[in-house]
Amino acid sequence: MTTDETETDTETETARERAYTNSELMVVAAARELESDDSVLVGIGKPNLACNVAKRTHAPELRMVYESGTIGSNPKTPPLSIGDPGLAAGALSIEPMRNGFNYYLQAGRLDVGFLGGAQIDRYGNINSTVIGDYDDPIVRLPGSGGACEIACHVDRTMIITPHTERRFPEEVDFITSPGYVDGREGREELGLDGGPEAVITDLGVYRFNDDGELYVDSLHPSATRDEIQSKTGWEIEFADDLQQTAEPTDEELRLIREELDPEELYTDQAE
Amino acid sequence: MSKVTSMHDAVATAVDDGDSLYLAGFTHLIPFAAGHEIIRQGRTDLELIRATPDLIYDQLIAAGCARKVTFSWAGNPGVGSLPAFRRAAEEGYPTEIELEEYTHFGMIAALEAGASNLPFMPLRGFIGSDLPEHNDNIARVESPFDDDYVYAVAPIEPDVAVVRAQRADEDGNAHLWGIQGEVKLAALAADTVILSVEEQCSEETIRSDPNRTVITADEVDHVVVEPYGSHPSYAQGYYGRDNEAYLSWAETAADRDTVEAWLDEWVYGVDDRREYVEKLGTERILDLEPETAYATPVNMGEYR
Repeated sequence: MTTDETETDTETETARERAYTNSELMVVAAARELESDDSVLVGIGKPNLACNVAKRTHAPELRMVYESGTIGSNPKTPPLSIGDPGLAAGALSIEPMRNGFNYYLQAGRLDVGFLGGAQIDRYGNINSTVIGDYDDPIVRLPGSGGACEIACHVDRTMIITPHTERRFPEEVDFITSPGYVDGREGREELGLDGGPEAVITDLGVYRFNDDGELYVDSLHPSATRDEIQSKTGWEIEFADDLQQTAEPTDEELRLIREELDPEELYTDQAE
Repeated sequence: MSKVTSMHDAVATAVDDGDSLYLAGFTHLIPFAAGHEIIRQGRTDLELIRATPDLIYDQLIAAGCARKVTFSWAGNPGVGSLPAFRRAAEEGYPTEIELEEYTHFGMIAALEAGASNLPFMPLRGFIGSDLPEHNDNIARVESPFDDDYVYAVAPIEPDVAVVRAQRADEDGNAHLWGIQGEVKLAALAADTVILSVEEQCSEETIRSDPNRTVITADEVDHVVVEPYGSHPSYAQGYYGRDNEAYLSWAETAADRDTVEAWLDEWVYGVDDRREYVEKLGTERILDLEPETAYATPVNMGEYR
């Protein structure tokens, strides 16, 4: 499973006063990372919404691939899991699990992958295995699924997660999915290309500097530097030319609310 | 010769205490009916192997059937975690369970080694991850041809696999459509295979569309015709996932008493899948039925 489904309500009081919510902004910010000829390994929830928003706006040729082996899915309703029958019906092809991982992911045929996780550290390493010690866990999480392979083999990994203090420690308890490991050189020494491209939270959009370390690239309109720093387990850098994240357009909001997630399964929607 | 039998008899014949067991299916066609029959027959000390343990393994764990879980993602798909799995992993209740953990690709590669009669399978996986430190069946190997490296996984060869498909003939040639997951690999890797299907068809139907055959009879030991045998998961074209059941499992399995009451009502309290389906009721079953959408027929040609 490629995304964390135990997100807390990311809506803030400030967001309620605006015409959109932070969860809608997260979806739109993720959609804007995608390009029309990308093949994307999608996850459930916000990644799925983001891909559909991109496909129906600036990236009509986007090809959606799921861990379950469905290639070129075109779901009519939000899928309930990555193995949803609506991802199989109407797909271009369905590969057995082995072929999807072997020929598509391992062989480098996918451009983008979405991941979530319980912890993300300063080098973009992700933990979705255990909180605490592996053999005596405080919390036993679901584990990798395909996340480790996605993090190893796609060109650009996108991480979507709410920004809470426990989610952003300086070092994760367990590396399930490698980011830049201990810096860009650390990743290169392992023979891995690609790497995390962006982290999108309810507070901002973050990227990785030349050393492979996370920094804040843009703040969402409702967020502050102090809020991000107070919820981060190390002294996080901010871009010299820190921007404000662009707000959703009316068309993007209409797509989310009327077509893609009318029942608010994966977004909180403003009135 | 017909291999058609009841689920009761198939499980009684094929599954012993202490066996390693793979109930296959990636979200689709999960063998819930077989899992419930294994619980009813009181099997213990099982090694439960499955990429995505899902609710059926949570139920087997809660019923005290498991000693070990071999897996790559243990969760409730699209919902959250598996409460009984977590209780066993974190508190050792109702049984201590040993964990053997992979990534999806690692798990599938291990099954493929088992299915192919190879001593290991190489893959580019686990790179940069802490997982290999915690699993002796994952090893880094250098390329014999250059200075590249990969990881290798040891074969997974379950004693028994239970796989589902939409339809099969009496020998066990099966048509499966929709998401295939690891069904074929699990059947090939296992010693004994129980095939459970929504409906029985003729050999002629199978031969009319051989590209749709995922399992062939030589792999199959027992054929069980079990309509709705995957509820609350789904069978493409037959019924959808009963999402209410997945959502409510978080509460049902939240503590020992409620999960035991659920097992009493829905597993021990019915004799077989037919009684289970009757108990669910017609309305709930019909609510899961999709509209019909046939694939365009293909012309295989008549060659004389």
